[in-house]
Amino acid sequence: LEDIVKKLLLTFLSAVLAFAPTVARAQTEEEIRKTAIEDLKPWIEQEVQRRVKEAMEAAKTNAPPASVQVPVAAPPSAQAGPVESPESAKLSDQLAKELGAVSPLSQSPNRPITLVSGQGAYANLSLDVLGLMGTSSRANIGLVDPYGSGQRGFELQEAEIFIDGAVDPYFYGAGNFSFTTDNRNSTSVYVEEAFLRTLSLPWNLQVQAGQFHTAFGRLNQQHTHMWDYVDPPLVNARLFGGDLINPGVQISWLAPTPFYTAVYFTVQDSQGERQDSQAVSFLGNTPLFGRTPVDRSIHSVGDLLFVPRITSSFDLTDNQTVTVGASAAFGPNDSGSDTRTEIYGLDAYWKWKPANAHGGWPFLKWQSEAMTRRYEAGADPTAVPLPLPDETLWDWGGYTQLVWGFTSGWTAALRGDYVDGTKGAFYPDPDRDERWRISPALTWYLSEFSKIRLQYNFDEISHFGPAHSVWVQFEYVLGAHGAHPY
Amino acid sequence: MFCCLGLPLTAPAKLNVVATTPDLGSIAREIGGDQVAVTVLAKPTEDPHFVDPKPSFLVTLNKADALIEDGADLDVGYMPPLLGNARNGKIMPGKPGNIQAAEGVQMREVPGALDRRFGDVHPKGNPHFVDDPVVARIIAEHLAESFAQLDPRSRDAYKANLASFESTLDVKFKQWEEMLSPYKGAKLVTYHKDMTYFAERFGFEVIDTLEPLPGVSPSPSHLAEVIEKMKAEHAKVILVQPFQNRKTAETVANHVGAKVVDFPLQPGTTKATGTYFQWMDLLIGSLAHALSETK
Repeated sequence: LEDIVKKLLLTFLSAVLAFAPTVARAQTEEEIRKTAIEDLKPWIEQEVQRRVKEAMEAAKTNAPPASVQVPVAAPPSAQAGPVESPESAKLSDQLAKELGAVSPLSQSPNRPITLVSGQGAYANLSLDVLGLMGTSSRANIGLVDPYGSGQRGFELQEAEIFIDGAVDPYFYGAGNFSFTTDNRNSTSVYVEEAFLRTLSLPWNLQVQAGQFHTAFGRLNQQHTHMWDYVDPPLVNARLFGGDLINPGVQISWLAPTPFYTAVYFTVQDSQGERQDSQAVSFLGNTPLFGRTPVDRSIHSVGDLLFVPRITSSFDLTDNQTVTVGASAAFGPNDSGSDTRTEIYGLDAYWKWKPANAHGGWPFLKWQSEAMTRRYEAGADPTAVPLPLPDETLWDWGGYTQLVWGFTSGWTAALRGDYVDGTKGAFYPDPDRDERWRISPALTWYLSEFSKIRLQYNFDEISHFGPAHSVWVQFEYVLGAHGAHPY
Repeated sequence: MFCCLGLPLTAPAKLNVVATTPDLGSIAREIGGDQVAVTVLAKPTEDPHFVDPKPSFLVTLNKADALIEDGADLDVGYMPPLLGNARNGKIMPGKPGNIQAAEGVQMREVPGALDRRFGDVHPKGNPHFVDDPVVARIIAEHLAESFAQLDPRSRDAYKANLASFESTLDVKFKQWEEMLSPYKGAKLVTYHKDMTYFAERFGFEVIDTLEPLPGVSPSPSHLAEVIEKMKAEHAKVILVQPFQNRKTAETVANHVGAKVVDFPLQPGTTKATGTYFQWMDLLIGSLAHALSETK
């Protein structure tokens, strides 16, 4: 472990060192601008005074100035197509050298998509496609595949159709339909989101109802294409099966504090883990920890999933913002007829972006979450190979990640993951044993609407040994797409 | 004792106005005077297309009586999630507290068809219009009307502030035109397509932008074209904003023998340039100075 820590530290230090010149350059450039404007000021003042004097004199002698006219629209100027002469090609090469690498587009990856909504449409419509290509040294790739379809080579990670807009003056509505294919090319559709949200309730309240991402932690509330990595952190995968999504109601309150504080309370039917998840904390239909699920449905209020959350945000400076949160989830699990699960989580997010960032670059952001789960596992006398007793299982884990938008359109990221749990009667269990992972990733945002990502995972699961995995992911968004929350 | 109940115990509260960008904020301050408190979301030096929707903005918007947006989707990258979560019915679209500055403005460069091969074009037209004094006048009148509707008690004050703003603008506009008149018809190059309204108003021609398409970073092949065009058409001035890459502009300028001019399209990037007139004086002055040196 010491080696890993050393390696992590070294990587971080080299990232910081490489980052320093960017800041220095930004400062000198800003100084140049400031001096240029400061130097200009006396000239402007002199010139303005002279002109004011002249204008005043003119005003005295002439009639009062005619008031300004309303402008007339001009047709949009068509730009002439590029005509490249041999000379300009040479110049082009020279410029490439003088400027260094120039990347073609600029926008912010935490908010990679701006909305260009169809004029006259009542809703925004978009298609968002995530394609994935990769392989792993792990024989059973299902253990390390971001979506567990157990496939080497190419796969459609997700094709998402998103529709949102104002329903009427009272509600905002959204629907998000996620299509995936498996290795037989059979398609499954997943209603990721279908909810409405109030727009102007009194007392700073807001209610959301339908199918939606449960307000737990930070990453769980983000769409897959907003992630800075190809795959979810191990702790999210282990405790939530990737995303915790359920039907229910959420009420939230914006506290009247001088800094941002919001309190969320969500009540849901805890049925909603993704079909492809391999770990189920609440009600689902997947075998868990060696046990066969009992047929358990909602009979009383106590069978629902309750998720309280509080989050606060502070602007440390004009250029730095920090957001922290604490969440909990309480609900039934189907390893027994009255067994329950509790999950507790903490999350933190910090972002730096200079005041003169262009198109959202450069920036540095750090995000971390830690969670722990108390799981009451029911007895299963028929379990194979050995009967399993009822017992309380504790699991914990977390991740920390740094994403550095080092130059326009590019981000370099590093994530460290760790999960572990107390030893249960069902052992060994890759869904609960110690596992850690280091993932560097490089992403190129060609525009706000397309990106290509390369990610490497060094992944070690107890009893399975280390594995190396490489993923290439691309994304494109077609059509209108709403801006992302912070 | 009862007579006091009808009287306010403190001074009447100011109208709480939030503007997305500093240019809109500067006009709001002129019109609102002492009757309004103006908060601006975007920083002066910040790229107004890419403001982060920070949670602290939700607190600001939650308390707002009015929100001034550009109204041409310049803030579309961050405003929808903020408005959707501000829990403030007063500033929702369609309400008097939601002020769209572009209303009544004759928009330029409205795309005929939406096609992202042409870069990040704004469906409602070019949103960089506040530095055109004629447009500023339209916005000022719009704001005076909206403020009066939201805060009828101060109607006269807003009217008076508008009258004073307009008379100053008349004098200043004449003065600005005079300052720039010797250079009428001069050819300029900008980094982004953000000078359309200003150039038309004062009689300049923006022959090209360093960006090949709106929102697309300059490529060497496009810059080579710009250089040839500048040489052919004797364009001697390149205008850049604080967040744009000055090095790119300087590289091009060195090849042409042109001058790079800092041309902040938001007030308040440096000291004493925060009010609408200080800012416009700076813009006109910087441009006149550069053109006088390169003539």
